[in-house]
Amino acid sequence: MSLAATTRPSRDQLLAWLDSVMDPEVPVVSVVGLGIVRDIVWHDAQGGQNDAGMGTLQVIVTPTYSGCPATEVIALSIRVALQSHGVDAVEVTTQLSPAWTTDWMTETAREALRQYGIAPPAGPAAGLADGSQVIDIASLLHAGHQPAVPCPQCGSTRTRLLSQFGSTACKALYRCNSCLEPFDYFKPH
Amino acid sequence: MQEAKFEYLLRLGDNALVLSQRLGAWCGHGPALEEDLALTNVALDLLGQARMWLSYAGEVEGRGRDEDALAYLRDGGEFRNLLLVEQPNGHYGDTVMRQFLFDAWHQHLLAGLGQSSDPRIAEIAQKSAKEVRYHLQRSAGMVIALGDGTSLSQKRMQGSLEQLWPYAQEWFESDDVDTWCADQGLAPAAPTLAAPWRASVEVVMARATLAMPDYVGHQRGGRQGVHTEHLGHLLAELQFVQRAYPGARW
Repeated sequence: MSLAATTRPSRDQLLAWLDSVMDPEVPVVSVVGLGIVRDIVWHDAQGGQNDAGMGTLQVIVTPTYSGCPATEVIALSIRVALQSHGVDAVEVTTQLSPAWTTDWMTETAREALRQYGIAPPAGPAAGLADGSQVIDIASLLHAGHQPAVPCPQCGSTRTRLLSQFGSTACKALYRCNSCLEPFDYFKPH
Repeated sequence: MQEAKFEYLLRLGDNALVLSQRLGAWCGHGPALEEDLALTNVALDLLGQARMWLSYAGEVEGRGRDEDALAYLRDGGEFRNLLLVEQPNGHYGDTVMRQFLFDAWHQHLLAGLGQSSDPRIAEIAQKSAKEVRYHLQRSAGMVIALGDGTSLSQKRMQGSLEQLWPYAQEWFESDDVDTWCADQGLAPAAPTLAAPWRASVEVVMARATLAMPDYVGHQRGGRQGVHTEHLGHLLAELQFVQRAYPGARW
């Protein structure tokens, strides 16, 4: 273990490293950009063989969807990425509350999604955030309550929902009526 | 009285687990790719919810049982799910109707649980409610599309509704477990969900041109471990690997 590794890296440095950990299902958006890294906290060394005098770094993440199979891969990728920078003792813990929302996705991440061919969430998930309010089923069924989803290829808003679920839990499938391309849509959630 | 809380958490976890297993059986058999994707994604959400509820149930019980032990190593009589969720998939309309009746109740339940005096219950419910909102949006839309579809699809959906209706009432009854949990502020009292559920169902059935059943009287017992004959068969599949190869891992 090099001497340098015994100094704790700065918070900004750690977040920059985490920003290189990509979502396994959407490999252009990092776990930081997606908003699922909620906090990082140092805990003092307990004399364990792995902490190298730095202590343990706790990375607090929140799941996107409760059944998302990527969650475990993400925890592993976070540990591997930090360990490659000499932070050996990493503990990834899950925090459910407040529930993740697509509103926490950064602008950079939204643009990266668009470039990748996935339409980012159109409009805020606000109002859904705590999930405690019961939906008014009549308004839910009312046509036109959904915001237009611009096509990530040509920008047209003449798009149409093909399937409410898509290739992963977080996406729906759309088609553009202008350029006729199908595309994934990251649902506001 | 941790026992009552454990029982209540099992009910929540088992509903999600059993319905998830039912929906998972459609994988590769959906009538259209979009439907296949939808059912399996809903199944995945419910499985995630089941894991959270059962993990917490195991902690509350305090006998060292984790989510896997509870899911794979209990027999039918120890399951606490509603009778509705164990009903067979039937034809596609049956599956859609079962889902809608459940989703409409589930969202009202989770909204109440989101205000639970137990912060862990509240956070799991708030997380789940966001997912269930989307499930409901979809299942309500499908009931309308199929009900207000052709004369054949309407007839079949009316049949699904009549057949499932007797199983969609036991969740409004309070027993000792419910009463205790409601008194502690852990969960909404079961009967309080009846009126909002019925209102949601009426709105959708009217749009779907389906008649509300006037059948009175219903089946009960799932929450107390008295199940229909279908649960055992479902568990035989769900638990096969752990029963045949105890402790198997990969």
